Amino acid sequence: MAALHEHRVDVADLLVDSTDDTGMDLLRFTTAGSVDDGKSTLIGRLLYDSKTILADQLEHVEAVSQARGDEQVDLSLVTDGLRAEREQGITIDVAYRYFATARRKFIIADTPGHVQYTRNMVTGASTANLAVILLDARSGVVEQTRRHAFIASLLGIPHLVVAVNKMDLVGWSEARFEEIRADFEDFSGKLEVRDITFIPMSALTGDNVVDRSAHMDWYQGTPLLYHLEHVHIASDRNLIDVRFPIQWVVRPRSSDHRDYRGYAGQVAGGILRTDDEVVALPDGLTTTIAGIDTLEGSVAEAFPPMSVTVRLADDLDLGRGTMLARTTNQPRVEQDLEAMVCWMSDRPLSVGAMLGLKHTTNRVRAKVVDIVHRLDVNSTHRDPDATGLNANDIGRIRLRSTAPLVYDPYQRNRATGSFILIDPATNATTAAGMLLDR
Amino acid sequence: MTTRLSHLRALESEAIHILREAAAECERPVLLFSGGKDSIVLLRLAEKAFRPGRFPFPIMHVDTGHNFPEALDFRDRRVEELRERLVVASVQASIDAGRVVEEAGPRSSRNQLQTVTLLDAIAEHRFDAAFGGGRRDEERARAKERIFSHRDEFGQWDPRNQRPELWNLYNADLRRGEHLRVFPISNWTELDVWQYIHAEGLEVPDIYFAHEREVFRRDGMLYAVSPHVERLPEEEPFTARVRFRTVGDMSCTGAVSSDADSIEDVLAEVATARLTERGATRADDRVSEAAMEDRKREGYF
Repeated sequence: MAALHEHRVDVADLLVDSTDDTGMDLLRFTTAGSVDDGKSTLIGRLLYDSKTILADQLEHVEAVSQARGDEQVDLSLVTDGLRAEREQGITIDVAYRYFATARRKFIIADTPGHVQYTRNMVTGASTANLAVILLDARSGVVEQTRRHAFIASLLGIPHLVVAVNKMDLVGWSEARFEEIRADFEDFSGKLEVRDITFIPMSALTGDNVVDRSAHMDWYQGTPLLYHLEHVHIASDRNLIDVRFPIQWVVRPRSSDHRDYRGYAGQVAGGILRTDDEVVALPDGLTTTIAGIDTLEGSVAEAFPPMSVTVRLADDLDLGRGTMLARTTNQPRVEQDLEAMVCWMSDRPLSVGAMLGLKHTTNRVRAKVVDIVHRLDVNSTHRDPDATGLNANDIGRIRLRSTAPLVYDPYQRNRATGSFILIDPATNATTAAGMLLDR
Repeated sequence: MTTRLSHLRALESEAIHILREAAAECERPVLLFSGGKDSIVLLRLAEKAFRPGRFPFPIMHVDTGHNFPEALDFRDRRVEELRERLVVASVQASIDAGRVVEEAGPRSSRNQLQTVTLLDAIAEHRFDAAFGGGRRDEERARAKERIFSHRDEFGQWDPRNQRPELWNLYNADLRRGEHLRVFPISNWTELDVWQYIHAEGLEVPDIYFAHEREVFRRDGMLYAVSPHVERLPEEEPFTARVRFRTVGDMSCTGAVSSDADSIEDVLAEVATARLTERGATRADDRVSEAAMEDRKREGYF
């Protein structure tokens, strides 16, 4: 492992920049790839070089690796701490890991490569700004690579990094790197990912992970960590369509705040401003924003993902599940819905099923009207004859909900276009859903 | 005006959303408060989520009877300032009622016993959601735990059968007798917590800062001398300048040698620490490889 060095956090930065909005921000990314692609080594290096793995964790991991007879220190053991995981040497679930540099705090959703693969990657991808897809430079683009890229695209992750790993094993060959890039671009043209960056690296030797490689002068780009620190994510949010799902009504009824009625929630789109004319959906009542409150006092505007409390000029008596939007830019209000879903339950999805549906802060029930097709994530082939979806299947379905949903297509807004399905018999979360433009 | 949000404000916003979501979807939530820094941050986040209204839940402290007096004083002062309702669940009462049996000997601790007291209190008050200050960076079992974490009718956690957690859409559905543990600061690190305490100017108990204290050495850790901990003959007390990184029971929380007597110094110390906070100071996690997982399975915090 490389020595600890300049990427450690400077204490002065911690004090000055901690809440200043010109300071450090937050990037969530997901990593996809199997252990064989060097994923654990890569994450281990990021964590270790940013001084996130501490001495007791490292000692523990070394001891366990040694006891198991591993040839190398297995850094997945840093978070694979459940009994079953250690006993079977597998990763059960999405693991969240954290590290920070002076510029950014990072949350990694590390998804295992084998068990329940699709379910786990969809879960990790749902909150990610960026996906790192790892592949082995010797084998190049394989079926799994296509599957990873497809899921990243389906979940609307705006930025993709294709980490071409183990370049040391192909003689740091520019020709091999370009060949892999061309292969990837061959199929990625069909995907809806706006920004794809290719980085040749060796996680094992540390080339182009934190420090620029001395072996690949031909590579003009930046190392991975630099890219993660600088990738522009501010405009990934939808700052155009004002969307504010009411989550909670603040009504103190106290002597100090006798008539206070505030609508609390997290901004899901656009920029809310005082005096904006807004419509409350699905009811359709219109009013204006009288004020936007936080504990520190009123603010002039609020944008995603701020949690605020909005006061309205008129006494409308709105409740949880209502969405505020600009009168001039309204979301859809519909009961007939079409969506891509990733099914996550061992009980298959079938037409006619009645399920719980949670969308923004709204809770309804929905009936499965039709399974339009099942999608093969490896070939992206569509099977229109599918009659059900099994665990880890992805498909396009039609639903009818018991009450209208106030939504935008997922491609337009991840916050107002996503939903989950809940099995009323078991209360289990059985699907991740992305609403489509009908 | 910029539409950029600092990492702390993004984490804060996520936590406020989680608090409101659980409060809206659950019938009878409760906020677990230990007097430690994580639960102090939770209280501030609850103010941000619900003021100028009252908290839609009481605050509950599981009192082992072996708490640091500084933490108890702090608890009472803070609840008074907030003018919210405090419920105290007492491990001593569980012992007196014969629900649990006190461990004996120098290595005894009431840490394990808390689980019974906590679950009894949840059942007695019919709480269906308990907010906790757990963080995923603390410990490996916690790293895999959901933000809305399901507990069955026995209070058990089943790590292999957790609900997938997608976007910010949390599933709070329960059967009768089950409950949720909800962790609004899951995604915060120890450093984030201290940065937030600094940014918000939050008060924390004095024991987090360097002070002179009578301690003794056990298993490479420093413990406070107290009537609750029996010392072995070779465990000679001595005075040292220490601070605590976590605030648990006096019987299982170790101190670290430190000169950090301000939040700035503590931040500097945390940023350059070589050991995780639990690795450095918590005997309860040292029992076995999966000590936390085992306790959590039974219903621990």
